[in-house]
This record gives sequence, structure tokens and C-alpha cells, in this order.
Amino acid sequence: MDLQPTDDQASLVEMITGFAAHRFAIDTVRSFGEPEGFDRSLWAELAALGTFGIAVPEDRGGVGLNFIDAVLVHEALGAALVPGPLVAATLASGVIDGVIEGSVVPCIIDVGADGPLAVENFRSSDVLLIVDDAGVGLLNCEDALGTDVAHPTDPTTPVTILTNLPKADKIGGPELAKSWRQRGSLLSSAQLSGNSSGSTTLAVEYAKGREQFGRPIGSFQGLKHLLADSWIRTEVARSSVWAAGVTVDEPEVGSIDRAVAGARLTSARAATENAKTCVQVHGGMGFTWEVDAHLFLKRAWILETQFGSIDDAAEVVADLYATR
Amino acid sequence: MHLRDSESDSSFRSEVRAWLRGAVASMPPPPLPDDWPGRRSYDAQWQRMLFEAGYAGINWPAEHGGRGATPTEHLIFLEESAAAKAPDVGVGFVGQMHAGPTIIAEGSDAQKSHHLRGILTGEHVWCQGFSEPGSGSDLASLRTRAFRDGDDYVVNGQKIWTSHAVAADYCEMLVRTDPSELKHKGISWLIMPMDLPGIDVRPLVTVHGSSEFAELFLDEVRVPVANLVGAENDGWRVANVTLSFERGTGFVGELLDTTNVFQELIEMAKSTMRNGSTVWNDDSIRREVGIIGADLDALWAFTKRNVSQGARGGLVMGSGSGFKVAFATTQHRLGDLALRVLDRASLSLDDLGGQPTGELVHSKLHAFAISLGGGTTQIQQNIIAERVLGLPRER
Repeated sequence: MDLQPTDDQASLVEMITGFAAHRFAIDTVRSFGEPEGFDRSLWAELAALGTFGIAVPEDRGGVGLNFIDAVLVHEALGAALVPGPLVAATLASGVIDGVIEGSVVPCIIDVGADGPLAVENFRSSDVLLIVDDAGVGLLNCEDALGTDVAHPTDPTTPVTILTNLPKADKIGGPELAKSWRQRGSLLSSAQLSGNSSGSTTLAVEYAKGREQFGRPIGSFQGLKHLLADSWIRTEVARSSVWAAGVTVDEPEVGSIDRAVAGARLTSARAATENAKTCVQVHGGMGFTWEVDAHLFLKRAWILETQFGSIDDAAEVVADLYATR
Repeated sequence: MHLRDSESDSSFRSEVRAWLRGAVASMPPPPLPDDWPGRRSYDAQWQRMLFEAGYAGINWPAEHGGRGATPTEHLIFLEESAAAKAPDVGVGFVGQMHAGPTIIAEGSDAQKSHHLRGILTGEHVWCQGFSEPGSGSDLASLRTRAFRDGDDYVVNGQKIWTSHAVAADYCEMLVRTDPSELKHKGISWLIMPMDLPGIDVRPLVTVHGSSEFAELFLDEVRVPVANLVGAENDGWRVANVTLSFERGTGFVGELLDTTNVFQELIEMAKSTMRNGSTVWNDDSIRREVGIIGADLDALWAFTKRNVSQGARGGLVMGSGSGFKVAFATTQHRLGDLALRVLDRASLSLDDLGGQPTGELVHSKLHAFAISLGGGTTQIQQNIIAERVLGLPRER
């Protein structure tokens, strides 16, 4: 048993974090939400690091590491609010040609749930992956009809509502669908965990610099306890996200479904609550478009809906405890 | 990263499991909670068995009579002990977890040879005299006074929250040896034999009716200067040296207990009928179970992270505080759910109808022990805010 990153894993996280800070500064993140804002060459740069193929075997063009390494990468991407269809690209790497290099951009929809056929990043993607109980289908984006949402909730994540979903080419059956749902959920949770850490850092820095009543607001216990709670929620979320990542690699240690659902619950709570705290700590400025606090909050709201709701996750954990 | 046992951990687990099976079966039924002589001899009997089998002081260095096990082996031992329903550390807690490690780190050779073996064999029981009525969260303000008179310190004052004082042979005690120094300076760490004249032990009953705690009233107690551990006036540092021994296993016993209570609560919800259906059939109850279950799984993973970090040499700043706050929050949430599931069955602290109903009410009350004991949640939040996040001190 060893549930702390190895030196190699720490270097991997450092590399992704450094790249994101350098190439995906917050202005770049914001620009991805603009019309024609998706920068394909920057996407290819991200892909060239091995980001999407990290857990794909080397003989299929990947880096050949484990799924936990992909989880760590997504945590780092989430902390920096790196935009784009990161989860879809990671799932499709080694399956759809060109995705691993970033030349083909995929987006994904899980049509298992009711509600609108909303797809993130559809307008800048080449192919659409469709997941349902029966399997996974593939479609060229130009063959599907949809309307772009004028004002997506997360300004850095474009959303399209599909109006016509033609029959897709089947690329896998129920087993692949199940695996992608588990992995897609966990990668989203890893981004949530990272998001919760990113918003905490932003809030802490503000609390150190902002002065009221003649001293930094971060010296007041009212804020200290809010921010300490944020840090704790992140550590709890990170713990379950890492454990779930290792469980995918070592299924003999426990139920993947329970670990993945648990990771969603703790990471969604950490991200949404920490982002709320981040807005609150920023005071009135936190209520403005220009301060980045709302970007963490809105990204968190999007991520927590990926591959199943929070209530679904709670039911899964409860049922698996009860039938143990 | 891995969660599976390494080959050597796996064989250690098998060895421990096999030994526990026989050892637990040979123990008599446990004594009643308030039977202190009975509890003392029961805990000593189990400790003696651990000692003879080479499991006493499992995380202590081998040169001081311990097993020198890795943090992971320690975790495995605790997991297997819980699975085998083995007795827990009981009245040996302070000696094994705190006083012993402190004496190993800071004690004189004479103190080591006099005390360590007795702790390992279960022969000696220790209690802790740190907190005072006026010094809780602000422990360094403590006022129990010890002045030097020849070869003795003469001690006057009052201590509180002294667990197992009724059964103890020795007390690890913080006293003020220099009243001109405020706060952390001027404190010393003393070994006080509990049979000295002038010590009055008065039980302090807790919210769940336990007689675990006591107050100590100290009136002209003469403690030999030879019982000073570390240098005079350096006791604050001595008291904190055990923090560096922490390898992430400190709350494993509590977490195992909580996990068991949670499973019992689920069984209760599945078998309790209300309004023509089982309580389990209520979506809001079931979803709350799911959230608490996810939190418990996360706390196990958090523990494994801390143990893994402990194996690398020591915990990361704040990880102990963070774990404790999260654990207290979950413990309270579990207790709240227990009261919802029990409804009118929560009116009794004793079990009703052959079900662990009283135990579940106890678990809610016990949550306060986690959120108050060993530094309150709010003190832990201050520690995290200032030492991990680097926020400025209030004053």
C-alpha cells in the first residue's frame, strides 16, 4: 500500500501544472469561450505532452502509464481551469485515430439521463461520442444538428443543444460504455478536486493582500475558518479521487463503482463549496465577471453533472454498502 | 501508487490474523465499563499476550523493546485486530501512545529502564495531566505550580480531563516551574507517581455517562526532581516531541469503530418499519447514507495517504488537523442520521429490543469527543489557516 504520489508522479503533475500556468493562463482560458476561440494548435501542444494518452499502452501510441496517472493529470488540469473536451479526448485516445495527437477533437454525450441533449465543446469538435447502456457510438459532428447556446453557464465551456442525433457507428458494446462511464466520471471528479484546490489558492492569496479595518482580511478568524474548511474539503476529495484511481488499476482492492461514486460526492462538494467560499472571500468583487472566482464555480457546476448526478452517486454508495 | 498489500505486508497480515484468532478466543468476557479494577486487569492481560507474542509497542523502535514495525504494518495490525474483535488499547492508551514515546525521545537512561518495560507488558498504567480548568485550548497558559525544594518539586494545582486516572500508576504532567515566564516558556514535563500523598482523584462524568475522566487536585505533592523529563522549563517542547512520532495511525481505532457503527445503522434502517415501509426505503435517508459512506471511504483513503507519508519520514503539516476536523464532521453527521433512523428508539441510552439502539445514541454523543478532544475543531482550523495556508495571525 502506498497512497502518496511517487517521485515520477510528482514530476508529472509538476510538468502539467507548469505547462498550464505558462500556456493556459487565465486570459487564454477565457478566450476559449469566445466564438472561434478554440485554439487547435494549443490543443495539439497539450496533446504532445502525452496528456490524453497517458494511460494508453505504448503500442497504441500512448505513454503506457496507469489510470491513476491520468487521474493526477486531470487534477492538475482542473486546478488551472484548462478548457476543452479533456475527458472525451482521454477516453477516446488509442480508440479513435488522431485524438491522442490532438489533431482530431472529440466531444462526448451520455444519453442515459433525461433532459436536454446538451454537449460541451461540440462546436469546436470533429467527432461526437455517444454513450448509452448499449454501448458507445461515433458520429461526425457535421452529421449532427444542434443549436449553440448563446450564454453557456460556464463562459469557458461552449454548449450546444442537439436537435437531431442520427444513427451512429457502433465502436463498442455495454462493457465499453460501462468502463467509459466509470472512467469519465472519475476524470471529471479529478478535475473537480483540482478545481477545489485552485479556487482555494485564489481565495487565500486575496485574503492575504486585501486589507480592511487596517489589516489583511485573512487575519480574521471568520475567514480563516472558511478557508481552512476549503483546504480540508480538498484533502478529503483528493484522498477519495486517488483511491478510486488506484482501484481502477487494482480492481481486487474494492468496488470500482463505489470508489468512483464516492469520489464524485467528495470532489463535487469540495469544488462547489470552495468556489462559493472563493466568491464570498472576494466580497463585492467576487460578484463581478472580471474576477476569476465565478469561473471556478461555474466549471464546478458543469463537472458535477458529468456521467451521472450527485444523487445517483449517493444511491450507488448506499446500495453497495448495504449489500456488502 | 498502490492499495494492494506488498508481498511482505501480505505475509505480515496472514501471520497477525492467525495469531489473533487464537489469542482473542482465549480472552475472558470483557468487564463492565465502570469496573475499573476489572478493566485494568483485563487490559493488562491482553497487553501481556501482545508482549509475549512480540506485538507490544508495535510502532516503537526495537532498541526500546518495541517491534519497530513500519507504519503500514501498524495499520494492518489495527485493521486485523478490529476484524478479529480483539480488545483495544484501553487503559494502556496514554502510556503506549504518549508517555512511552516521550520517554524514549527525551527520558534519561534511568527513566527508560524504569518505565518502558512496564508500559509494554501492561503492568504500568499512565494518565495525562496536561489540561487545567483555566487552560484548555490555551494549554500553554497552565498554572499548576511546581517549585523546587531540595530533591523534590512541590506541586500545587488542578488538572482536568485526566482519562483513566482512577486506574493509573503514573501521570505525565505539565507544570509551571518558572512563574516569571509566561506561556510556553517556564513549563516542565514531570512523571508523577499516582500513589504520592496530596493527590485527590475525583471522577468527572461525561455526557454519555462514562467515568473515563477525572479531575486531579494536587496539594503539596512532592515529586522527585529525578522525575523531570528533559530540561527544566523545556517541557512544552518535550510535550510536543510525540507529534514527530505520529505516522498517520492515530485515529485508525476510532475510524474502525465508526465504520462498524455505520454498518449497524444501515442494518437498523433496513429492518426498521415506519409508515408501512422500511426506513431504508426513504430516499433522503438512503442518500444521506451514501454521502456518509463516501466520507468514510475518503477518510480511509486519507488515513492511507497519511500512513504512506509517515512511512516516508513524517506527516505533512496540517494533515493530522485536517483529518481530525473531517472525521469529527462525519462523526456528527453519522450521529445525526442515527437519531433520525432511531426516532423514538433514541429515548434510551440502553439498547432496546436486542438492537444496538443505545450504542447509536452513544455514537452521536461520542462525536463531541472527536470535535473537542485533542484540540477543538476551531483550534485545528486556526492551525491550518496559519501554518498551512500562511494566513496572518490575529494578534
